[in-house]
Amino acid sequence: MEFIGFLVVLLATAGTIFFASKKIRTKYPPVFRKIPAIGKLRRAIGLSVEDGTRMHVSLGSASLTDPANASAFVGLTSLHRLGQLSSTSDQPPVCSSGNGGLTLLSKEVLKAASVETNTRELYDPDHGQLTGITPFSYAIGAMDVLREPGVSANILIGNFGTEAGFLSTTSEANTDFTLAASDSITAQSIFLATTRDVLIGEELFAIPAYLAYNPIHLASLRVEDILRWLVGIALIAGAILKLLGII
Amino acid sequence: MKIINTIVAIVAGVIVLLGYFMPSPMIQSLRTPLLDWAVILSGIAGLIAIINLIFGIHWKRVKDNGGSKGFSIVLLVAFILTLIVGIFLGPSNSGFQKLVTAVQVPIESSLMAVLAITLAFSSIKMLQRQRNWMGFIFFLSVVVFLIINSGVLAFTADIPVISNLLSGFHQVPVAGARGILLGIALGSLATGIRVLIGSDRPYNG
Repeated sequence: MEFIGFLVVLLATAGTIFFASKKIRTKYPPVFRKIPAIGKLRRAIGLSVEDGTRMHVSLGSASLTDPANASAFVGLTSLHRLGQLSSTSDQPPVCSSGNGGLTLLSKEVLKAASVETNTRELYDPDHGQLTGITPFSYAIGAMDVLREPGVSANILIGNFGTEAGFLSTTSEANTDFTLAASDSITAQSIFLATTRDVLIGEELFAIPAYLAYNPIHLASLRVEDILRWLVGIALIAGAILKLLGII
Repeated sequence: MKIINTIVAIVAGVIVLLGYFMPSPMIQSLRTPLLDWAVILSGIAGLIAIINLIFGIHWKRVKDNGGSKGFSIVLLVAFILTLIVGIFLGPSNSGFQKLVTAVQVPIESSLMAVLAITLAFSSIKMLQRQRNWMGFIFFLSVVVFLIINSGVLAFTADIPVISNLLSGFHQVPVAGARGILLGIALGSLATGIRVLIGSDRPYNG
């Protein structure tokens, strides 16, 4: 079983590098399906630059060493891209999280974006902040940031629990745009009930590619799609074989 | 420096991943300390972030007479008191633990109660906001599962057709959740690979 897992990781890595090559990208350009919420996110980025308002990214409170917390890495990548896209504004994005490791990484990401876009003078380390260390204290602290007058859009990406309800309802009531995405089933159902623009399931992992981040993200999305087809085929084949009594 | 950071991250990532798939004693002897260091570093990161929260955000807010100053004062006083008592009595002291939980548990329980009301209200409002099939199905599912799980249909346990039907209904959310989790697992794999090959480097400020 470990061997199969190792093989999947190896093939996925090889596939990501293969699809990221310029030759393949030019010969087989990626085709995106429309995700309305991400389209609105792009519009919200443009509006915040025009308005001179800022965007807020919240990364959740799960531990960085938790294997189920890949969504926070997507949040950090999206934060980096938001920092780049809003570099023409004098209001760089702010980030809140409920974990020390995530807070330090968010500071690093904001700093990197400011260096790349020559806006180092706008970088403030306090733009990446820890708002609490338990899920509820994090949510209550992040609500303060959500309600700040200069914040026009909130992007909630990460691993949340039931505290997601406080964040999404506050954001919906105070800002023009809220994008909510999580890898937790509980948070997804709460987001669906409380916000307009929700990403369900693996849509969350497509954000960097849809924000035109870099070729490796497009390649990674393609590999994800291929793997999903393979898993789907394997599940259907397994069900048929089981029905026939072969396995 | 950035190249060194990336190399260290990639090498550490590959060793930990290989240790997961291969039970070789040599890899395990490298993997275990790496994971221990990660836990220690994660704790130190938490401490740094807390210091930043106290002095970088709340102390600054009190000093600059910023908004929500009152809440910041409460937080600072509570933090200092907890720190002093914690240092003198020790974190495992039963009195200290009782003191902390006596504050934390009632507050978090109250928040949970507020959250339940907020979510119920939002679910009703959702019907106004999402006038589409997705919103309708979500609301219908909430009502159906509330009825099923409330126990009012307990009398149907002896009626074979209905009890089978209800048991089938219980499998629907499980199947849906499995589908979502499969997608998330694949997404996590793709994200992990990007970090592993050094494409995503959130540590490279």
